Amino acid sequence: MKLVQRPICWGLDLVERVLDWPFGQVWNPLRHLGALGFFMYWIVAATGIYLYIFFDTGITAAYQSVEYMTHDQWYLAGVMRSLHRYASDGMVLFMVLHLLREFARDRYRGVRWFSWVTGAPVIALLFVCGITGYWLVWDQLAQFIAVRTTEWFDWLPIFGTPIAANFLTSDMLDDRFFSLMIFLHIAAPLLLLLVMWIHLWRVSRPKIHPPRGLAVGMFLAFIVLSLVKPALSHAPADLGKVAGIVNLDWFYLGFYPLLDYWSSGTVWAAALIGTLTLVLLPWMPPMRRAPAAVVHLDHCNGCSRCADDCPYGAVTMQPRTDGAKFDLEAVVNPTLCVSCGICVGACPSSTPFRRRRDIATGIDLPHLSLADLREAVGKASVGLVGDARVIVIGCENTLNGNTAGDVSTSYVTVLCAGMLPPPFIDYVLNRDLADGVVVAGCAREDCNNRFGNTWTEARIDRTRDPTLRRRVPRERLARLWLARGDRGSLGRRVSAFAETLKSLPKLPHKGDEAPVPPVLRKSENTENA
Amino acid sequence: MRDIAKYAGQAIVLLALVAGVGFLASSPAYQHFPEGQALIKMTFVHGGQHVGGCRRRTAAELEEMAANMRRLMDCPRDRLPVVIELDVDGQRVHREVIAASGLHGDGPAVYYDSFQVAAGAHSIAVRLRDTDREEGFDYEGSAEFVLEPSQLLVVQFRPEAGGFVFR
Repeated sequence: MKLVQRPICWGLDLVERVLDWPFGQVWNPLRHLGALGFFMYWIVAATGIYLYIFFDTGITAAYQSVEYMTHDQWYLAGVMRSLHRYASDGMVLFMVLHLLREFARDRYRGVRWFSWVTGAPVIALLFVCGITGYWLVWDQLAQFIAVRTTEWFDWLPIFGTPIAANFLTSDMLDDRFFSLMIFLHIAAPLLLLLVMWIHLWRVSRPKIHPPRGLAVGMFLAFIVLSLVKPALSHAPADLGKVAGIVNLDWFYLGFYPLLDYWSSGTVWAAALIGTLTLVLLPWMPPMRRAPAAVVHLDHCNGCSRCADDCPYGAVTMQPRTDGAKFDLEAVVNPTLCVSCGICVGACPSSTPFRRRRDIATGIDLPHLSLADLREAVGKASVGLVGDARVIVIGCENTLNGNTAGDVSTSYVTVLCAGMLPPPFIDYVLNRDLADGVVVAGCAREDCNNRFGNTWTEARIDRTRDPTLRRRVPRERLARLWLARGDRGSLGRRVSAFAETLKSLPKLPHKGDEAPVPPVLRKSENTENA
Repeated sequence: MRDIAKYAGQAIVLLALVAGVGFLASSPAYQHFPEGQALIKMTFVHGGQHVGGCRRRTAAELEEMAANMRRLMDCPRDRLPVVIELDVDGQRVHREVIAASGLHGDGPAVYYDSFQVAAGAHSIAVRLRDTDREEGFDYEGSAEFVLEPSQLLVVQFRPEAGGFVFR
């Protein structure tokens, strides 16, 4: 699977990096594909409501009403029609890119299977919406779609008489057919909205609105397109003739040529195999899941910060069960936990300023505990020399295994930037383990665990608990949120930060040699004993 | 200045994006049906005769049956397949034996197919057999047509209208 993911990932990273220049990390459209899909949906819904006012259901009336909107009322209904069409196409585009991106970034397996699998009916319903929409115009394209679709469906052994036979001559059609189609074209988007809601069911704080500036820019661009290239109809449908050349909307109708080259059964087989592959992808192969976070009630005061910060809704609060004086306790749902450690970073008990070697916190990861993290930070400080010693604490995606430091720089890998409890930054500087700290993570709006970098920023800026203490000199702290394509610059950026440290006044109590961190000192004493 | 350049960059990217959307929304055109050709579509839903005739049950057979199931005549449900032939300008274009539909083969034969021909004058003949006869056909129809490019000629079989209908 990696062989398929890598080239897609490489291509998307490249485009993302290019788009970071004009848009910045926060507005980069590639980081809001799902939200842009939702935005397109609302444009389509709003314009559709307006178009419905003027649309007439009837064999000839349907076409005439669309022509009226397109030409006579071009300034409003015509623009609405164009927006309706192009935003629908945009929705397909953003949906496909969203799917590819989540697949390439391996964000479709494990606990994310639910969102992936429920995305399949979103695709199917979106195509039903688009195809029924084109059908309503009842021009030659609609005729082509009607005939080919019904011929395709007739392959299924469920119809007593061929439904394609309804489109042999004009006298076989009646106005009720268009009433049925408009019903389908309204019901399918409503059902689509329901499935989109289900798609986000297990996503806490889903991003369904793109940044306002990006949304405005995108909307204006679609308005320009609608004015420059208005959506037009083909000639009216004529069932006495075969539509020879059709201007297909390749977003929705791109698979129709297959029906001319393959048999209907083959196209059904391809659709079935494609759908099954898509749906079963999260288990091909299944993700090896790390152990879920564990709550230690003796360190949990029921503050709810872990539940608030968990991007997957895996932590909930329930009434206390251990008789402690607090009202609530945290509970982890292992089926939803991705073991990102953001809850550890959120816990106010997660502090390294303790004498005990086996420090514990209210919620912890079995495979990378708070004690492990303190030990890793301590080890990272050993051997650092010079007056610009830097410890880089970065998420595994950003460091990506590149943790070979030098005499003045060392790296500590955490599962997510959000896993880092703010007191650790204070700890490094206060205990003189380094002269500066770099917190490195995924690009803004693109955290692999959704909110790790956002929460970390807020904790450092003291807008979200647990906050970084005021005494920590902010000039000795750097935050690097790097796009995937920009990871190679990490070393250079860290060096640049180290240069700035040299000009700063020395911290109090700093000696010429790197001190041995307390945890190691204790360990060495134990070994000597 | 830097901001202006970034806004300009955003505008260029967004306009390029929608330009791509606008292009693919209707281009490139797809040639679904070749020029200079016409199309014949033939369709029907017609049940062949039942396999074998009805038989009168004997008194002993009726006695063995439940009272509510007793029917004097025993008529098989299975239907014969329907044979269809299409000739264009005296040449056999298509011949097919269409089995009766349904799990028990007791439904009508369902047929829908299309055939491309060059535009122009053509003589078209169709034949259908729905009985167990070994020679000949039960229904035949023929007509002369001058088909224009892209014209659709529909051939339906409607026994209530006397057989084949050309439209």
